[in-house]
Amino acid sequence: MRKYSVFAVAREALRGHKGWGPHWASPEPRPQYDVVIIGGGGHGLGAAYYLAKEHGITNVAVLEKGWIGGGNTGRNTTIIRSNYLYEESMDIYEHSLKLWENLSQDLNYNVMYSPRGVMMLSHNIHDQQSFKRHINANRLYGIDNEWLTPEQAKAYCPPLDIAKTARYPINGAALQRRGGTARHDAVAWGYARAASDRGVHIIQNCEVTGIRRDETGRVTGVDTNRGFIGAKKIGISAAGHSSVLMQMADVRVPLQSQPLQALVSEPLKPIFPCVVMSNSVHAYISQSDKGEFVIGAGTDQYNSYSQTGGLQIITHTLDAICELFPMFRRVKMMRQWGGIVDVTQDRSPIQGVTPVPGLYLNAGWGTGGFKATPGSANLFAHLIARGEPHRLAAGLTLERFRTGRLIDEAAAAAVAH
Amino acid sequence: MLLIYCPYCEEERSELEFRNGGDAHIARPTNIAEISDEEFEAYFFLRDNPKGVIFERWRHIHGCGRFFNAARDTVSDRFLTTYKAGEPKPDLDAEPKTSAEVETYEALEGAAQ
Repeated sequence: MRKYSVFAVAREALRGHKGWGPHWASPEPRPQYDVVIIGGGGHGLGAAYYLAKEHGITNVAVLEKGWIGGGNTGRNTTIIRSNYLYEESMDIYEHSLKLWENLSQDLNYNVMYSPRGVMMLSHNIHDQQSFKRHINANRLYGIDNEWLTPEQAKAYCPPLDIAKTARYPINGAALQRRGGTARHDAVAWGYARAASDRGVHIIQNCEVTGIRRDETGRVTGVDTNRGFIGAKKIGISAAGHSSVLMQMADVRVPLQSQPLQALVSEPLKPIFPCVVMSNSVHAYISQSDKGEFVIGAGTDQYNSYSQTGGLQIITHTLDAICELFPMFRRVKMMRQWGGIVDVTQDRSPIQGVTPVPGLYLNAGWGTGGFKATPGSANLFAHLIARGEPHRLAAGLTLERFRTGRLIDEAAAAAVAH
Repeated sequence: MLLIYCPYCEEERSELEFRNGGDAHIARPTNIAEISDEEFEAYFFLRDNPKGVIFERWRHIHGCGRFFNAARDTVSDRFLTTYKAGEPKPDLDAEPKTSAEVETYEALEGAAQ
């Protein structure tokens, strides 16, 4: 792998940028791998990278139905934070945030991690009590999160309307300064490049159509549209299609696939310095380095694989944005899209072994999987390599829906998150 | 936004009037206090989440207020039929059908290069 540096940029500038070459190789699939990971998003590519880097397992293939990063990795609103309520959540999201902080250096690829701060608006006494509980839990656990008065919130994010007469008055905010954004495509590309460099095969346009098992029930490989590919271990990291794949192994999982929409505005000059979220009125907004406002809406109420959602959902979000930031009322929206997220009943992810030997599941990240990408990938690699979960992901098991030990972030945040 | 035919009002109305109620035809065990943890998990948490035909409940919350069931294709979001609560699952030729002209990213953009 050619190292990317300021000298490489200078050298290529002199050569007319003709020497860069492809980021990753596109080999023909081998008949047999040690590990096959289904799903070429950030989580799957990252898991392959950490398998090679930290566990010495390089006979790995990542199978992607479309093109890498073309699913939810390329469809999210790129928000990164770790201020969750429960220890199981804080463990994995904080592990992830710590990896984000050094990810560009680790991958030698600029993922444009920008710790610009994530501010969550409080609109009523319930929000205030809930956020302060989160702040106290976070700080006791060593995670930064602080309470801001409305005036401090306005100082941190000047476009915010804090008038008492506003449609959605603000009585404070919770701020995680280390939270922020990253470039989502670069995360997929960076992991793909680094994994490919360590010998991982990245196979695009390869849709898994079946999971084969031997007479003992152990996995032996996958059927794909490019033929059978043998595997000793299989990791599923396929977001909205996780339950479809698990059904190929005759396992029912507590997941529901729903459309989640996002949209971006026309590009404007830099005006919005942080990420603002309002759970109560359901709006998420930040400004990308290109100048577009990146806006996240809610999920539709029904199960779907259509990658589109209802117009009323994004209208509702834009209503809220226009009330919170009156100066944006005449901004035009440029693009809108949907992704399919897999949601669990407790709104916490599932990462663990399955009833099928050799089959591992990383799913249920729902509406908030991007921020978890490095941490999830890192711990999923550990799970696949060792056959048992890492301490930091020990609570995210599939069994918790039987034992009742739920991680109820749904109730804690009062919305999908 | 979906257009949904309410079998009680006998009219197609916008999705805004309706609330989705999750999977249909799930019977609560009558001996709920006695069933095992596995049986409770299967009843309460596990769902098929099909890519294809789903049988689901809807409630016409801003209309007649009544629950009814629907068969919908989760790839095209097209309703195949709706029917009143308590009626048996309609026979839709059993096999899940998905429509061909769906705007998935593969259909729009073609294969990755």
